Amino acid sequence: MLAYVIRRLFAVAMMLLVVTLTTFVIFFVLPKWAGSDPAYLFAGKQTDPAAIEGIRQKLGLADPVLVQFWNFVQGLIVGREYTNGADVTNCPAPCFGYSFRTEQDVWPQLTEAIPVTLSLAAGACLLWVVGGVAAGVVSALRRGTLWDRAAMTVALAGVSLPIYFTGLLSLAVFSYQLDWVGGEYAPLEEDFAQWFQTLVLPWITLAFLYAAMYARLTRATMLEVMGEDYIRTARAKGLTERVVIGRHAMRSTWTPVLTLLGLDIGALLGGAVLTESTYNLPGLGRLAIDSIGTKDLPVILGVTLVAALFICVANLLVDLLYAVIDPRVRIG
Amino acid sequence: MTAPLHDTSVDAEKSTTAGAAAPAGTPVQGRSLRQIAWTRLKRDKLALAGGVVVLLLVIVAIFAPLIVSLLGHPPNEFHQDKIDPLFGTPAGSFGGISSEHLLGVEPNNGRDVFSRIVYGARISLLVAFLAAVVAVFIGTVLGIVAGYFGGWVDSAISRVMDMLLAFPQLLFIISLVSVLPNNLLGMTGSNVRIAILVGVIGFFGWPYVGRIVRGQTLSLREKEYVEAARSLGAGRRYVLFKELLPNLVAPITVYATLMIPTNILTEAALSFLGAGVRPPTASWGQMLSTAVDTYESNPTFMIVPGVAIFITVLAFNLFGDGVRDALDPKGTR
Repeated sequence: MLAYVIRRLFAVAMMLLVVTLTTFVIFFVLPKWAGSDPAYLFAGKQTDPAAIEGIRQKLGLADPVLVQFWNFVQGLIVGREYTNGADVTNCPAPCFGYSFRTEQDVWPQLTEAIPVTLSLAAGACLLWVVGGVAAGVVSALRRGTLWDRAAMTVALAGVSLPIYFTGLLSLAVFSYQLDWVGGEYAPLEEDFAQWFQTLVLPWITLAFLYAAMYARLTRATMLEVMGEDYIRTARAKGLTERVVIGRHAMRSTWTPVLTLLGLDIGALLGGAVLTESTYNLPGLGRLAIDSIGTKDLPVILGVTLVAALFICVANLLVDLLYAVIDPRVRIG
Repeated sequence: MTAPLHDTSVDAEKSTTAGAAAPAGTPVQGRSLRQIAWTRLKRDKLALAGGVVVLLLVIVAIFAPLIVSLLGHPPNEFHQDKIDPLFGTPAGSFGGISSEHLLGVEPNNGRDVFSRIVYGARISLLVAFLAAVVAVFIGTVLGIVAGYFGGWVDSAISRVMDMLLAFPQLLFIISLVSVLPNNLLGMTGSNVRIAILVGVIGFFGWPYVGRIVRGQTLSLREKEYVEAARSLGAGRRYVLFKELLPNLVAPITVYATLMIPTNILTEAALSFLGAGVRPPTASWGQMLSTAVDTYESNPTFMIVPGVAIFITVLAFNLFGDGVRDALDPKGTR
């Protein structure tokens, strides 16, 4: 078990290295290959050659890509200093870099955005798992009835709706017309009511979208499981239908649900880009979009890394949970 | 959906097909998988409805210039006279819907929404379809190679697939699109963006196909008929293309049909975030992002492209589900 976890953690570290390297390539090698200079990306509207040279020196953009990459990885672990003559910027570990646009370290920006995305993901996830699994189970048990068809039609509609459309619709109705919710996001510890108010709409719209997938998946698995021999055995033992379904059938249903959940939570934590831009939530996704718009590489790199980390950790947790949920799975 | 709980439909199917295939006097004919699937698909009303809508959309996309010349105005023609000069909103109710502008006009510049939706269908379907082709091509080739050869080849390809699946894809695609130049390989304007979109969406899609194909190949290569072909002296190429590939067509078809709606959503999302085709080329996602500024006073302009995306994706999903059920040998529907 321990060996397995260590092996997987090593794989996570490798993954993060590859993601960092790829992002580096996207922002340093591709523009050069297309005939532009990354220093100009950072300089923005400034075209003064001296200023651009200063940026190049300070960020070390003149170094070979691999050296820059190495410096970045080193900065993550022990921190680093950006120097251009007398102009010194200190960046303590974990140093994700130093944003030239906002003149700030990236790490504090990330730590400010992560709780927003976490709140969004946690609330939505709770809603969609409960709603989706319940709808799927009921549909499977009442297969072919009106309820089943209605639930599956709604689910299919849910899968086909883009979040930025349902999001805008919900805002138009509940925020603009009815004025029930709205306003600027506030952190949970500062103002619970405001936190809840700004998040309740995104939770529901996100959950609706995802619940659809979970309902379809749960229904399909449940239908398959109900045909298994061990269900017949459980019934033959004289167990009540409640125990047969709740204890025996549901246990198998959780495995595929968990797989999907790992993927979805990871993806959501790393890039609720659409939800956050629709609802104007200052989370990781918004941070990424804003910084892509201003070509603020250090921030983009930081968000991408954190996103990849979330995805990897979510997958690892899911694999470990398999062993807990499914007695047939042994990890080693 | 493979549980034989209620086998009545299968039994009914068997009896009807037996009856259809063997009219009095004629010998019983074997039917190919395609024929069986087609009979099943024909009975699935929802899937058929989806298929019809898909077909209509394809026709609309192909004949966009003709349809627009009959029912609308050129997609980039401004109609300032249809705009309330004070607020910049469309004159008239419901976003300026009239017999002349079937779906109203765009705020501020008065472009005809109907013709922009029709032209937007072109971009959506083109990108989604071509990206699916790219993904299916790479995924099938690498999936078969990984599954058939095994060993280090398999490990290498599988690692790459795992890695790509763990990438924050949307973020990557947006950053990639933002740094790529406007001229590429002799293409200019919106063609470059279309090519880039097809490339990146397809590239991030192939691992999904690859995993399925690899899994199928792993189980198929141990089958007796493959062994038989090999023992008869069939070459590697023959086994791969004549023995394995035909048996992979069904799962690949299913995945490809279900991939198109996902690609449509991705393309729309990228356009919504400003990483899609460039204006003035019309796309649905971009219309929605324009609508963000005015949806409170003019909801029509937001609802129209949203509903267009919804109907298209739903139709493809219904059709894809139908195809999957029809091709599933264990299917009970």
